[in-house]
Amino acid sequence: MTYTDSPLLELDGLSKRYGSQRVLTDLDLTLPPGVHALLGPNGAGKTTLVNVLSTLVPYDAGRVRVLGLDPRRDRKQLQGLVSLTGQYAAVDEKLSGAENMLMMGRLFGLSRHEAQRRADALLERFALTAAAGKRVATYSGGMRRKLDIAAGLISRPRLIFLDEPTTGLDTRSRQTLWDEIRTLADSGASVFLTTQYLEEADALAERIVVLHGGRIVADGTAAQLKSRVGGSTIQLHDDAGHILEEIPTQGSALDVARHLDAVAAARPDVDVTVRRPTLDEVFLELTGERTGDRAQQEVPA
Amino acid sequence: MTTTSTSHEAQAPASAGNGAGALTGLRVFTARSLKHSFRDAESLLMAILLPVMLMLIFVFIFGESIAAGQGGDRGDYLAYVLPAVALTAAGFGASYTAVVVSHDVTTGFMNRLRTMPFPAVTVLLGHTASSMVRNLLATGVVLAVAFALGFRTDAGVAEFAGAVGLIALWILVITVVFAVLGMVAGSAEAASGYGFVLLFLPYVSSGFAPVETMPGWLQGFAGHQPMTPIIDASRALLGGATPGDAWWIGLLWCGGFIAVAVWLAAVIFPRKVAR
Repeated sequence: MTYTDSPLLELDGLSKRYGSQRVLTDLDLTLPPGVHALLGPNGAGKTTLVNVLSTLVPYDAGRVRVLGLDPRRDRKQLQGLVSLTGQYAAVDEKLSGAENMLMMGRLFGLSRHEAQRRADALLERFALTAAAGKRVATYSGGMRRKLDIAAGLISRPRLIFLDEPTTGLDTRSRQTLWDEIRTLADSGASVFLTTQYLEEADALAERIVVLHGGRIVADGTAAQLKSRVGGSTIQLHDDAGHILEEIPTQGSALDVARHLDAVAAARPDVDVTVRRPTLDEVFLELTGERTGDRAQQEVPA
Repeated sequence: MTTTSTSHEAQAPASAGNGAGALTGLRVFTARSLKHSFRDAESLLMAILLPVMLMLIFVFIFGESIAAGQGGDRGDYLAYVLPAVALTAAGFGASYTAVVVSHDVTTGFMNRLRTMPFPAVTVLLGHTASSMVRNLLATGVVLAVAFALGFRTDAGVAEFAGAVGLIALWILVITVVFAVLGMVAGSAEAASGYGFVLLFLPYVSSGFAPVETMPGWLQGFAGHQPMTPIIDASRALLGGATPGDAWWIGLLWCGGFIAVAVWLAAVIFPRKVAR
């Protein structure tokens, strides 16, 4: 029972390459139990990291502990404690929802009776009881995704990996799934999810780890990440609410006041709001794309 | 809730996510693959209908003229072509294995299994087992049609079992080859495409026409490819004759194919991650 006192994840110099391509480079990270998000654009290495942590792919170098266990050395033991729900709903379309659940339960080593009992409970919890007897081929994308996650819960894992759980879902299904993920956290399981959506990380995660080009470029709470980028922005609006101008500031009262004085002198009637940076801006800043834009803008000016 | 779950765990301590054994895995996946086969009505119909059509075409359309060249009649040709029809049908049936294996790889289903605490390779064994069931069923249909068309034999139970055993072994060979193809193919469509070539193999053998009637440049291949000894031995056994050397040459081929395919599967399977 080492996992109860251990951090959720401990990475020390984790590296992984496919052939000559470096996919993950020298990752250091410690996360406590809870819900955490791995945020990054396509090709950042998110799926590879999840695959390494969930024992699917061996890492090349570094020290890796998941629930205190080494995914390479303690593979089988760790497999009994985690579940992976991949990017594509890995459910069997030709079987019914209930058959899928039962199959997963049996493969986790549950007795037929126990697998049946847990399957029924999970199908009910995910509002799939009415569709349980129907073939998965007839399910909507949202239902498949829910079944996929439910199937991953049948072993009562301590840690659930969700690889882009809401990619391709409509807004309503996404909201439902977010609620489910919050419920998972309430039941005491930890969740490590990957996402390209900042909004999703902001809504669900205690800690957000930003991965870019196979490296961790930032790690913290949403508020910490926002403050890292610093300055609030002064927005000037016309009467219709259209933004006329955005003035970046350093965020301090003195700096904001200095800019506002200049605005007040030039256009005394203009509408003004001061807003904190959004996670989108944080993300672009951290991944270097925004600095590139700025440099380009500054050349002609 | 807590009381029920603790009493259960007391009864079955292995139920806390320790993972299934290989036997449970095999049972679960064989049941799954069989459900697939029998729920996919079109594929199942094809698997049964195809051998019947093949049999009827060769016996009634080509039969008389091929047999005439050898001084026989339609009935002789029925006995001659029987094993080849069974094996050709098995090839078509087994190619389905490539499609389902490829599907499991590309959908990420295999990935999920490989993060679970049980021998995930049993999923391949399940597909193999269900392919055996499906294709032996088709072989049964071929034999039934043959008897309905007037095929009669002096073969005893041992000879008959030997012939069916050889056919079953070839079904296993072609199934594991298709399973490996299914793993390396990029998609289910590509998997069935690769298999297409294999399906022409029986025509260039002693199965449908005697090797001696083929042009010299083709005889070398047709006379020595793996299906020829298997077909010759099955035909001899079904006719109640002794199979000579053909049976052990056939067995060696099958053993070799299975060994290579199992080795390839063992190398490829752990590295195969859908990305």
